[in-house]
Amino acid sequence: MADVSLDNVFKTFGKTEVIHGISCDIQDGEFIVILGPSGCGKSTLLRMIAGLETITKGDVSIDGTVVNRLEPADRDVAMVFQNYALYPHMTVFKNMAYGLKIRKMPKAEIKRRVEDAARILEITEFLDRKPKQLSGGQRQRVAMGRCIVREPKIFLFDEPLSNLDAKLRVQMRLEIRKLQETLKITSIYVTHDQVEAMTLGDRMIVMDNGYAAQIGTPLDVYERPATRFVAGFIGSPAMNFLTAVVSADGRQVHLHRDISLTLQNGGLPGHGGQKIIMGVRPEHFVLGQAADAMLHLDLDHVEILGSDTLAYGHLGQDKTQVTLRLPSVYHFKKNTVLHLDIPSKNLHFFNTDTGQRIEMQA
Amino acid sequence: MEKRVIFKHKLLPYILVAPQIVITLLFFIWPASQAVYQSVLQEDAFGLSRTFVGLANFAYIFTDETYLRSIYVTIIFSCSVTAIAMSVSLLLASMADRAIRGATTYKTLIIWPYAVAPAVAGVLWYFLFNPTIGIVALYLKIYGYEWNHSLNGGQAMFLVVITAAWREISYNFLFFLAGLQAIPKPFLEAASIDGASPFRRFWTITFPLLSPTTFFLIVMNVVYAFFDTFGVIHVITDGGPNYATNIMVFKVYHDGFLSLDLGGSAAQSVILMIIVISLTVVQFRYIERKVYY
Repeated sequence: MADVSLDNVFKTFGKTEVIHGISCDIQDGEFIVILGPSGCGKSTLLRMIAGLETITKGDVSIDGTVVNRLEPADRDVAMVFQNYALYPHMTVFKNMAYGLKIRKMPKAEIKRRVEDAARILEITEFLDRKPKQLSGGQRQRVAMGRCIVREPKIFLFDEPLSNLDAKLRVQMRLEIRKLQETLKITSIYVTHDQVEAMTLGDRMIVMDNGYAAQIGTPLDVYERPATRFVAGFIGSPAMNFLTAVVSADGRQVHLHRDISLTLQNGGLPGHGGQKIIMGVRPEHFVLGQAADAMLHLDLDHVEILGSDTLAYGHLGQDKTQVTLRLPSVYHFKKNTVLHLDIPSKNLHFFNTDTGQRIEMQA
Repeated sequence: MEKRVIFKHKLLPYILVAPQIVITLLFFIWPASQAVYQSVLQEDAFGLSRTFVGLANFAYIFTDETYLRSIYVTIIFSCSVTAIAMSVSLLLASMADRAIRGATTYKTLIIWPYAVAPAVAGVLWYFLFNPTIGIVALYLKIYGYEWNHSLNGGQAMFLVVITAAWREISYNFLFFLAGLQAIPKPFLEAASIDGASPFRRFWTITFPLLSPTTFFLIVMNVVYAFFDTFGVIHVITDGGPNYATNIMVFKVYHDGFLSLDLGGSAAQSVILMIIVISLTVVQFRYIERKVYY
């Protein structure tokens, strides 16, 4: 068990900088998820913590000790790889015992630890098998077992569920969370799956192109996304973005010449006359009355999912595409007009150039 | 499922495989059957008369001390060549696998010796170690070591082993390097996170995963040492001194073409044939299966 601290960490491959200074303090026992699209540098960041990649600039510390120059072996971390990386020529038992044997642990102790871990993960019957005789889910458990037996300071997960089918992924996701809660070992988990990030993490680091766009609790990230990128990346279907102009007094936003929204609270007084981006999550639209609704959406297409209904349509003269998600089932006809309201608290505003969040006044 | 091609013309498939069949018959089956046939004959040196003697030729060579000696010499020779060629090439390949700068140049240079014909390689090493004009022999002498492989059997063996191994290193290197590069990096990364030192990673992860390549190369190297080293022996030692480097394939040549004992030489070829066939069987039957992990 340990806390981990990243202090302005940079990574350069040749002349290309891929990680542009990330800082984060991870508490002892915390479950941190690093989330981002592929190529954003999230795996690189994890590998830097593991010691598989050198750190170009900045410090990574574990338990207060800078580990930049330590070999992976000396950092006392354990890692689950995307393809599990189980040693193909060893049995499950030997795979799990490998790290313990290297640490010259007595045979009886190795046996006890491996058997304990196998019992927790329900893989006892596979201990004598080779990895290729196991299914994907079983291999995944073995890979976790190999980490558990070591009782390391930190668990590192590199997209461990991405090779499993959807059903197994949900099941393993729960098990990983349960396991982490039982063992209370600091965990860092890389994924591109926002559901995993939302459900597993105590906090998450949302990465955008080598920058930490936002670090916060899942709910925080969902409710108050720090940048337009985060807003668009978290949430499914993705948030709708509309260009808007703030009225001179900051009390209203004009979507087009024909659509204006009145902000019910303090508004955006500092941004009068500015062009901004307004974001609305599909699930935050509310059906209203024809007479006083804020928006009138021309419906293009409807998908009924059983639990929800997804509606796709366009707004106003420039036909901005909008997606909305309504709870329960609605049998809308194509080409009808939906009258929509949006609670003011569910509006998000972002700077057009920087993409940074603009807060409304309370 | 096997995919069957249907030919409209009945003869066409036979015509298509004919070149392969003809070549096999002409250059492999016919000479081999000739050897088997001759091994049961006794023939005078001029080929004017021949008598059927049954297995007498075989009975004779197995009582012949020079033949038994040549079996022993062949075993020593092929084991040494294989051991040296394998270990050196594995070392070089694992270093090349790590090299970042100049890797291409390094690889190219190591592959060069394979392009040198065995006889030329023999001449090259012969000159290096020649007791009169060889530079290595000269330096050995300066440091007080008397080198003369035309008198000292052990030195002669050492020289032919080095020469034969030197050529084979390039071949092994290529295969080992390809084998090393085919090992997925996460295995080694997982091992290093598990705490294994580079040395330990090599022996517990890399080496076992390389076993298909290693087994293949062992067979190839033994076959090479048995059959392809004739030129090296011929140029450097001529089987001497005192039969110290008289490997089996060289003895076949010597007995058949120099001593004109055609029957005995043919019997020896048949035995070599049996050896190479069994090596091939081993390779196809066991190794392909055994190395699965």
